[in-house]
Amino acid sequence: MLEISNLTHVYGGGPGAHHALGGIDLKVAQGELVCIVGPSGCGKSTLLRSIAGLLRPTGGTVTLGGKPVERTPDDLAVVFQDYSRSLFPWMSVGDNVALPLRRKGMDRPRRREAATEALEQVGLAGAAGKYPWQLSGGMQQRVSIARALAYRPALMLMDEPFGSVDAQTREDLEDLTLRVRSHHDMTILLITHDIDESVYVGDRVVVLSKAPATVAGDLRVDLPGPRDQITTRENPAFVHLRAEVGRLVRGMRNDPAVSS
Amino acid sequence: MRFLRALGRLWLVPVVLVAWEAATRLAEDIFFPPPTTIAARMHEMWFSGPAERLWLTDAALENIPTSVGRLFAGWLLAGVIGVVLGVMLGRSALLSRFIDPLVQFGRAIPPPALLPFFLALFSVGAQMQIATIVFGIVWPILLNSSDGARHVDRQHLETSTVFGLSRSQRLFWVILPSAMPKIFAGLRLSLSLALILMVISELVGSVNGIGFQLLDAQRSYDLPGVWGTIVVLGVLGYLLNSVFLVAERRVLSWHRGANRTT
Repeated sequence: MLEISNLTHVYGGGPGAHHALGGIDLKVAQGELVCIVGPSGCGKSTLLRSIAGLLRPTGGTVTLGGKPVERTPDDLAVVFQDYSRSLFPWMSVGDNVALPLRRKGMDRPRRREAATEALEQVGLAGAAGKYPWQLSGGMQQRVSIARALAYRPALMLMDEPFGSVDAQTREDLEDLTLRVRSHHDMTILLITHDIDESVYVGDRVVVLSKAPATVAGDLRVDLPGPRDQITTRENPAFVHLRAEVGRLVRGMRNDPAVSS
Repeated sequence: MRFLRALGRLWLVPVVLVAWEAATRLAEDIFFPPPTTIAARMHEMWFSGPAERLWLTDAALENIPTSVGRLFAGWLLAGVIGVVLGVMLGRSALLSRFIDPLVQFGRAIPPPALLPFFLALFSVGAQMQIATIVFGIVWPILLNSSDGARHVDRQHLETSTVFGLSRSQRLFWVILPSAMPKIFAGLRLSLSLALILMVISELVGSVNGIGFQLLDAQRSYDLPGVWGTIVVLGVLGYLLNSVFLVAERRVLSWHRGANRTT
């Protein structure tokens, strides 16, 4: 459903130009959860912004559902890392979730109903009347996820979504992502710098090289489901995969042939 | 408790009043009448009317509402002009580049300097007074609105792009609320400026209003009357600011809350 071919992006020009993306090829199938990992500053966010239509790449193409992405596609939602700057502090949690639904032509009661339902799915049933800043960081990120869910996108992009919450909350949110994903038939592209997280959450882990980023490895994660924070992480296959991904992230190309 | 705390804050007021009374009585200076004389004169000027009109005199009914009406008319007009123009300038770099020099020039002109011009343009009356008020107070609103609209968090804008908000939804649900704290700062500043310009415009060319009454009292050497008018202006300014703060606290409760926790 998502096809990226030979995507390049250069910031600036002349000798000081920064080559962020050096020709990325990637195909994501319907319903897949693909994690993208890479060293920090490698251009992960540039890739995400190109897919979301927030940035016009200097070269290559992105097609979503067969259509080239020029502006932000209609059926795409983003969960940003910095929830406090993504949720609107002047609106209640319920209004934050319901606001994007105006474009879907839903009337007020239906918008409210959809927002309540999405908030229930992320475990925030009673929070619709609160303001985002009255909630903890993890809860605010749940609201962002609820907003994306209510929007019912074909593709959900998550940009280091659990990067600014504590470890316990992080695990909760990872499991939440897996849960909502099995509920909705959604394709998810999750960007992270956390190797364990990428293996734990993903069906597939795509490793990017240092900037200018190219695909350094593409591994299929074949772990028994449903995943569990304790048992999955002690599974030998998990341990092996995360070592594999770790090597690829560090740039030690030992065996890229593992890719499927 | 609250009452006691308010009392604790206000204890200085009677002390100052008593000291002022004592000092002016001792000095017996015609330019500095004692507060009791001023209060008596104020009562006579404004509050000695019939009970069915809430004890307000003709002078009070003629001058105070007229002045406050001009003040609000000027303030509201300046608010609309300032916010609309300000948001346009803040959101359009091109427009801002062309208009900004004009804005900088306009706000550098001391508003009273334009009084002769407005007098010639509109002649004596409400139009001229409102024009003076608007021209004098529109700048803080305009500059603050444009600043607020310019500095909307980029992620908030990207969020609205991603979720496909239309231009008007983006304006009313994202840009305006985000600029609201700045807009309110501008409105508050210009409210106190509006009082000043109201008095100035009434001093120059007017046949009624608080400023005219001040001038009238001064011309007839009615110094308690002058002082009384000054007190009324002070009270009016204080009331306007207090009411505004209550409104601001309601509208911007999210802003206070969000900033307390982050």
